[in-house]
Amino acid sequence: MRLLLDLARGMLARRRRQTLVSVFGVALGVAFFIAIAALMRGFQTYFISQIIDVAPHITIKDEMRDPPPQAAALAHPEGAVAIAGVRPQDRVRGIRAAGDKLAMLEAMEGVAAAPVLTGQALLRYGSRDVSVTIVGIDPVRHARVSNIQKDMTHGRIEDLRATANGLIIGEALAQRLGVGLGDTIAAVSPRGVTLSMKVVGLFRTGIQTLDQQQGYALLKVNQVLQDRSNVVNQIQLRLRDVTRAEPLAREIEARFGDRTESWEEQNKNFLTVFVIQNAVMYSVTGAILLVAAFGIYNIISTVVYEKTRDIAILKSLGFTERDIQMLFLVQGIVAGLLGAVLGCVLGAVMIEGLAQVRFGVEAPSGSDRFILARDWRVYLLASGFAVLAAGIAAVIPARRASRLDPVQVVRGAA
Amino acid sequence: MSDGPADPPLLAAERVTRTLPEGVTLVADISLRFARGEFVAITGPSGSGKSSLLYLLGLLDRPTEGRILLEGRDTAELDAEELAALRLARLGFVFQFHFLLPEFSSLDNVLIPIRRLGRLDAAAARAQAMRLLGTLGLDAAATKLPEQLSGGMRQRVAIARALANDPALILADEPTGNLDTKNAAAVFDIFERLVREEGRTVIVVTHDPDLARRCSRRVHLVDGRVVSDGPASG
Repeated sequence: MRLLLDLARGMLARRRRQTLVSVFGVALGVAFFIAIAALMRGFQTYFISQIIDVAPHITIKDEMRDPPPQAAALAHPEGAVAIAGVRPQDRVRGIRAAGDKLAMLEAMEGVAAAPVLTGQALLRYGSRDVSVTIVGIDPVRHARVSNIQKDMTHGRIEDLRATANGLIIGEALAQRLGVGLGDTIAAVSPRGVTLSMKVVGLFRTGIQTLDQQQGYALLKVNQVLQDRSNVVNQIQLRLRDVTRAEPLAREIEARFGDRTESWEEQNKNFLTVFVIQNAVMYSVTGAILLVAAFGIYNIISTVVYEKTRDIAILKSLGFTERDIQMLFLVQGIVAGLLGAVLGCVLGAVMIEGLAQVRFGVEAPSGSDRFILARDWRVYLLASGFAVLAAGIAAVIPARRASRLDPVQVVRGAA
Repeated sequence: MSDGPADPPLLAAERVTRTLPEGVTLVADISLRFARGEFVAITGPSGSGKSSLLYLLGLLDRPTEGRILLEGRDTAELDAEELAALRLARLGFVFQFHFLLPEFSSLDNVLIPIRRLGRLDAAAARAQAMRLLGTLGLDAAATKLPEQLSGGMRQRVAIARALANDPALILADEPTGNLDTKNAAAVFDIFERLVREEGRTVIVVTHDPDLARRCSRRVHLVDGRVVSDGPASG
């Protein structure tokens, strides 16, 4: 193998300029792959971490996933019966036996649970009305299932207990209403209950829908506001291992019957978009590498064409077809490897260059720069793909070289 | 150095015919035996099948009929890899064109078959290659690229490469075709020495009657058939 490597190196070095062009083509493909992946994955990772940070990992709701089975369908399971327009059952009394379920969930290893009553309300301050979702919480338990405390810019979650009818709202919502900390606003529920609530805290999650349309109050206060005393319509869970969310959600739903959604299910639309984004990214960068692979095919084909006599003599010396094939395959792989190494360096430089770019306006992330993911696995993936593409590109000319008949070549040269 | 009566010849062709798929017959019904220590010239007019016979004897080509035996072993039974291994270890080729790899020095060119065979470690392989270059008067050319050498020197490096794995048989196809008279004579001097001093068998295709006369035996072909086989001086 060492001999084949030396021969390959000599042949590539002889065509230095062609080799450099091919290597640079691969390097550009790898570098763009790495830089674009850093951009996309950086944004996606930030987005997902925000979701995981802000939203509960699992939400148990007071509804059924499917409508209850109908008598006609049960009576004629094999019959041609079609029942349309059946709606899943809504439990106006909220989650049944919420306290017992809560206790069972809290007993699970690595699971924190908190009861919640969510409901709509109109916040009124002066002449301004804004429709919001009020989340009624138990501050102690809720602190274990959400990062709301971390996102608070003014006040603390415990202040809900210290103040009668306390309310925590997003900074963006406070701005829309024109209120600040300590101001009192009117909250009107769809049932017509009106409460005077005092702003005891402000938060900023970076997610506009939350910052502009959500508020937190004590569970008891929201139950009064929504006129649903003792009702809990959600149990929110936070897991130590976030990857367990989906299977655990399925398990809980099977056990309790209540519709249970993991964070993945709740954000399926976004995650699907990410899958499509990734597919587009990999296709585009894959195409760049494919073009680079054609460059390698070109150089190996040229070398094979120019080295016909050398191939003949090597075969007459006792090199086998496999040796010859390996010799040219190695050249493709060496070019691919050099391109991959150079591409990794270029990619790292491009990422650092992108990191210096400033937008001049603050993004929701609180930074005015790109969010970049620096993941060594992307380097490995890009390099692996480049070497594989280079190897495949070299296979065809290498096979052609191995099948050359030395007698024909020697006769032609004589 | 000749084979004893009981020993198989170093190389034998038994009723060998080579016909191309298009139906052209290159050599027909040739039977020849080559003993150790023979210096054989294959002569004949252009197109008489001299080179075709040499490629068959050198296991670069396979006969369509008949068989080639190397040291008593029927080569028809061997696959391509086994034939390649045999060429590497037992045969040495010299062609009209030197076919040295242009990107490597003389020393590296001679080292290629030695390294491919892999019997010697790096130091021993280098010593062997240097010794061969030295015996052919090429010490100073060891580090030079082929393009820096004269035609005669390149052909001598090619001979050194053919000798790299200490083969019993050297096959040369018009090795002096591109050389002037002086260099051609020098190449034949080397072949004579290989036969006389080292007991190797050298089979050389040539159309130069003066050089052919320096061999011990001459096989003359016409239209792919042997028309005479006897002492070269005759």
